[in-house]
Amino acid sequence: MNGTKMRVERLSAYYGKTKAISEISVGFPERKVSAIIGPSGCGKSTLIRCLNRMHETLPRTRVEGQILLDGEDILELDPVHVRRRVGMVFQKPNPFVTMSIYDNVSVALRFNGRHSREDTDKAVVRSLQQAALWEEVKDRVDAPALSLSGGQQQRLCIARALAAEPEVLLMDEPCSALDPVATAKIEGLVNELKNSYTVIIVTHNMQQAGRVADYTAFLYLGKLVEVGATADLFERPKERLTEQYITGRFG
Amino acid sequence: MDRPTPSSPTPRGPRRSRHWGDLIFAGLVGLGGAGVLVLVFAILGVLLYQSGLSFRAFGWQFVIGTQWDVRDNIYGVVPFVSGTLITSAIALVIGFPLAVGSAIFLTTQAPRWMRGPVGTVIELLAAIPSVVYGFWGLYVLGPYMRTNVEPALHRYLGWTGAFNGPATGTDILTAGVILAVMVIPTISAISRETLAAVPISQREAALSLGATNWETTRVAIVPYARSGIFGATILGLGRALGETMAVTMTIGNRDAVPTSFFSQGQTIASLIANELTNSNGPLQYSAIIEAGLILLFISLLVNVLARLLLWRVLRVTGGSTE
Amino acid sequence: MKFDRSARRKLWSHTMTVLAGLCALVALIPLGSVIYQAVLLGGPVLSLSFLTSNPPLPCTPSVGTSCAVGGIGSAIQGTLVLVGLAAAISVPIGLAAAIFAVEYRGRFLGLAISFTADVLTGVPSIIAGVFIYAYFVIYDPSIVFSALTGSLALSVIMVPIVTRTCEEALRTVPHSLREAALALGIPKWRTTLQIVLMTALPAVLTGILLSVMRASGEAAPLLFTAFGSRLGFQGFNNPINALPLLIYNFAESPYKNWIDLAWGAALILIILILIASVLSRLVVGRMVRRMRGG
Repeated sequence: MNGTKMRVERLSAYYGKTKAISEISVGFPERKVSAIIGPSGCGKSTLIRCLNRMHETLPRTRVEGQILLDGEDILELDPVHVRRRVGMVFQKPNPFVTMSIYDNVSVALRFNGRHSREDTDKAVVRSLQQAALWEEVKDRVDAPALSLSGGQQQRLCIARALAAEPEVLLMDEPCSALDPVATAKIEGLVNELKNSYTVIIVTHNMQQAGRVADYTAFLYLGKLVEVGATADLFERPKERLTEQYITGRFG
Repeated sequence: MDRPTPSSPTPRGPRRSRHWGDLIFAGLVGLGGAGVLVLVFAILGVLLYQSGLSFRAFGWQFVIGTQWDVRDNIYGVVPFVSGTLITSAIALVIGFPLAVGSAIFLTTQAPRWMRGPVGTVIELLAAIPSVVYGFWGLYVLGPYMRTNVEPALHRYLGWTGAFNGPATGTDILTAGVILAVMVIPTISAISRETLAAVPISQREAALSLGATNWETTRVAIVPYARSGIFGATILGLGRALGETMAVTMTIGNRDAVPTSFFSQGQTIASLIANELTNSNGPLQYSAIIEAGLILLFISLLVNVLARLLLWRVLRVTGGSTE
Repeated sequence: MKFDRSARRKLWSHTMTVLAGLCALVALIPLGSVIYQAVLLGGPVLSLSFLTSNPPLPCTPSVGTSCAVGGIGSAIQGTLVLVGLAAAISVPIGLAAAIFAVEYRGRFLGLAISFTADVLTGVPSIIAGVFIYAYFVIYDPSIVFSALTGSLALSVIMVPIVTRTCEEALRTVPHSLREAALALGIPKWRTTLQIVLMTALPAVLTGILLSVMRASGEAAPLLFTAFGSRLGFQGFNNPINALPLLIYNFAESPYKNWIDLAWGAALILIILILIASVLSRLVVGRMVRRMRGG
């Protein structure tokens, strides 16, 4: 059993006056994949966006509670610093459209000062390999990022996040814009990544949670209903709501 | 109506039938549309016709002639083309950084409550009439340039040769500065529009990598908007090239190629304003019209270029503002 | 080491924010200075008779004598006549062109019209004056300098602005509204006039207002058309004054009372234009909100 890498305590988040999530407390174990599931609008994206303080980049948003990363409350740290430690992959692939594949992956390194060309090259190759994209792009790393297919673009975004060497990787429905083949690749990748990173993934697809996650949390109407090992949650749900949701009897 | 989509219920009756009112209406609004198109050709046609005399007299010499000599009746347009280009260049050199800087500030850096109001106020700059800027240039900016700015420029940059001659405050430089003031709202407003049209996903990508506010702007937002900013700048250039009143009142109005930023000069627009109705005969009149034709060509070229750039940027990605 | 770097990055970010903010501040200085100057010098001459009486004869005050300040009545009247006639010419044309470009969009011609209008708004205003002048020199030299030619020159400037702003206004009307009307069997021309145009009316009027304000501030196209006059409206075939023309002619004069008058006129022009700008922004803003909400 690993320690808890991230833990949220009584976390509430608002959009203007609307409370999107309410008093959620849950831990995310280190080097495991945790999935957050729930019907659309349940607050799962809001929750994951709080974890690297992306939520507050939108106008009129507010967060209450604690978000502990290795026991430190990230709400009291510099958000820029937090986001380097907690990387994120978004629903739709969002490569920098003006940049090449290489520049996309190396951009985070450039924020952090001068690296030699050699170091940068190494980091780019390593990240692309970790994201299982290297073999497909090794002959054209200077091609525009937009020349890649949707699935490749999403893996590029994963490589870009990994190049910053985060400790935690957040994935907000990373496969929702992809076809089944690309989805399968990303899922395989997530299984690899948990050897080095703590992964937290939001998905609306219960099968996906079942395939990739060690732990699963079920959110409904902004509240945490149940959390546990994925197999337990799917096979022996404790809450009626959870059972209704996973058996598909939900409005 | 023309191509009913499956989702829209088709009106009853035969599909092809068109109300007679529709035909008349389409004809009428089509006439208005044609009016806009015809206007361009009418302007071109009249200027071409009236510049015929000058064109036959000087041919291409007109375009490369550096003399505008009323006594010998020899007219070349270089003094005014150079005056126009130099003043516009000054306007862009000063105006571009200020305009783009303020656009970046107002879209990505400023506190949210400040963005709308300050943006509106900057755009009000565009609403002030040209002649009022000219008046201000004559009585406020000009004297300030003469007593403060130009002596300092001469002292520190005089060795370049470009800042020599008496500091009068009524010269190429002052006209250029006034033009800078006038192009700022144009460049700033359209840059702001294109910066605001950058998809939020690009911003979030940079932020989630641990970029600071400025790094996000530099890496994700400005590069995405660069062709829009370029288009905005070209549009500002178009405005500077043809600006008349403010320039006429501050440039000194001398028909010669400027040799220094402190030279009195003339732009094509100020030449027309000063001399069209005071010409000493049909040849000079025709030469002024031909100068106007050249101004029209330049500004059409610049505006077509700017609009092509901006149409691509703002129409294609226009939906992503949300 | 790591902390050092992140502190430096943060400092750099703040520095650039401040620099960008300074750009905005510097960009605002001229506006402040223009308004300050106009209020300072134009404010004292304002009065009711300033708005109604005609400009005085030139005069420089000497010991014991004072000069009549006079007013800008003829210029205000002239601007009203010129811009009114120009609007009567350009609004129907521009509105028709806008309707054509929007309601018949997808066709090449529609695109060509809105592109041409866009390009025309960038053509120097003095070219409009040259065009009308050069045309009337051939057509009828006796009325080259007249209210009529002045209005025509202003129309050349207004038509593309009306076209573009009305186009934008019509585009804000949701497509579903048109479909709903057409589905009821209402012919297209009535749908356009009674549903689309009426829905977009506040923005259309705002667009017209903007073009009117732009024309009211133009001096360049009037230099060789309306020409200017000390007197009020003398018929469409005679020269006429306008506020911007008065400012130009008096600003460069050596007479103190004329220069003061010009500052007064500049202040009036600025006030009118600021009111119109703010008004139009409010209307458009509310309209956009309404469309989004509904």
